[in-house]
Amino acid sequence: MSKSSSSYRLTFFQRNSQKIAQAVIITILVLITLPIIVGYVWLIVRSFSEDIVHGFIPTKLTLKNWRFLWQEMKGYPNIWQTTLNTFLLALGVMAIEIAITSMGGYVLSRYDFPGRSAMLKFILVLHAFPAISLMVAIFYVLWNIGLLDKLWGIILLKASLEIPWGSWIMKGFYDGIPWELEWAGLVDGYGRMKVWAKIMLPLVKPGMAVTAIFAFLSGWSEFIFVYTFIFSQKTWTLSRYVMGIIGDYRFADYGLLAAVGLFYVIPSIIFFFFVSKYMIKLTIGGVKG
Amino acid sequence: MMVLVAIFFAAPVVLTVILSFTDMDYSFQWNFVGLMNFEDLANDYLIPKILVNTLIYTFSTLTLFNVGTALLLSLLTTSISDRLGDFFRSLWMLPRLTPSVVYGLLWLWIFDPTKYGFINNIRAFLGLPPQDWLHTSPMLMVVIANGFIGASMGMLVFTAAIKAIPVDYFRAAMIDGASWFTIVRRITLPLIKWQILFVTAYQTLSLLTSYEYILIITDGGPVFRTEVLALYTYHTAFSNFQFGYGATLSLILVGLGVVAALIYLKLFGFEALMSKPRIEVD
Repeated sequence: MSKSSSSYRLTFFQRNSQKIAQAVIITILVLITLPIIVGYVWLIVRSFSEDIVHGFIPTKLTLKNWRFLWQEMKGYPNIWQTTLNTFLLALGVMAIEIAITSMGGYVLSRYDFPGRSAMLKFILVLHAFPAISLMVAIFYVLWNIGLLDKLWGIILLKASLEIPWGSWIMKGFYDGIPWELEWAGLVDGYGRMKVWAKIMLPLVKPGMAVTAIFAFLSGWSEFIFVYTFIFSQKTWTLSRYVMGIIGDYRFADYGLLAAVGLFYVIPSIIFFFFVSKYMIKLTIGGVKG
Repeated sequence: MMVLVAIFFAAPVVLTVILSFTDMDYSFQWNFVGLMNFEDLANDYLIPKILVNTLIYTFSTLTLFNVGTALLLSLLTTSISDRLGDFFRSLWMLPRLTPSVVYGLLWLWIFDPTKYGFINNIRAFLGLPPQDWLHTSPMLMVVIANGFIGASMGMLVFTAAIKAIPVDYFRAAMIDGASWFTIVRRITLPLIKWQILFVTAYQTLSLLTSYEYILIITDGGPVFRTEVLALYTYHTAFSNFQFGYGATLSLILVGLGVVAALIYLKLFGFEALMSKPRIEVD
């Protein structure tokens, strides 16, 4: 008896196979995620240190790298003016997008108008379509309507490129609201507009928040349009500023680069904590199961 | 909404077509030159090199990262606890929310040719001389930098698909003694093949037309070694101010966009999403 039970004794690896498999998987995940972790840790550490050795060890802590906040960099616009511009761009895109998509999403979700399905397809296609390939023509259009080198031009352009996808996301949130609520409103004598404003809008607040954050961040991060369509330094946004600093100080002063970069990325990281949960649950429509 | 779409979508498409028959520059003179731009295109000695670059860039980013790494990430993160899985998936979303210039800066530092760069710092630690990555393998830099952003979309789609698979399948397989690899190969992958196809199709187009990170990291250099079609179009228009020829090159991209859009609609008929509204009052 004892002999047979001993022959069936599991080895260490068999007994812990689940745990070992978990540990192996987590190790692999950490390894392939390492470049991302390394990059952001460096950005933070480097911005506060004179120099770093062996990867991440600061030789001496300093605030010198952040000097661009209190003294103007030679050949660069004032950082606070630039930051303000970036905020205006982000807020502008956000305001327009929320105003239009909160209505557009409702219409797409709840109205059966002729061409609805064509429009839904059109929106998906617009989203997939590389707007970036139209840069030449957009340059001409902006010049023609006098919005070249103007923040307004970028705001309108950016908002209009974001609206199709934003409407689609808002539609998803409206789709999740039971029809009964709307019927109840109609039975009680509300019109369609009133149903939307009094019943639906309060219920899609989370959706509006998510759309607003994405719109804000996409305006905040915008690079290529600002880089191409804005020339005057007083209209620069942070992306243009950072790009300039990279070009001028890349081999000379990584501390400054890291500090400027970190300064620019702070709002993105703050919002990241709010939306990351939502983002990883976001499913992309149009997938056959 | 329709006004904005008309100004920034419809008008530009039409304009791009018209502009491609002019030799417009920054003086914005309409000067029709017939098919000259198209002849230039046929004779442009850079085009073959750029097309090869575009293919290498698109194909390697797609297979290594946007589908390959994405698949690996979704398979691994669904094999551990949900909390840890969410944690890793969130980390991979971080680059997507980071402004592109800052993200580019991180890779410029990692690949820095001097001993201050991260990789060269590690090489120094191992007693190896610093290497100038920009000149030895610029394409690799660009592919990796783009891949770490591109992988997250596939990761999300695949994860959602894997989570939708009934857990009984996995349990049954495990009782039958199937290993992790067998389960992945025989159950998971066949069940998410639609999603893999979708991500492949979607990302092919987005890679063919993307250039923002290349512009920031190598700007197409050194000597056109990472210049892809979309970036070449951009440079033609906004570095050389040849708007006419730039528009002609854009037409290729627009054409790609249209073809891809048609393929999406054909392949992934979106009918399931189009359920009709249930109020007939108006």
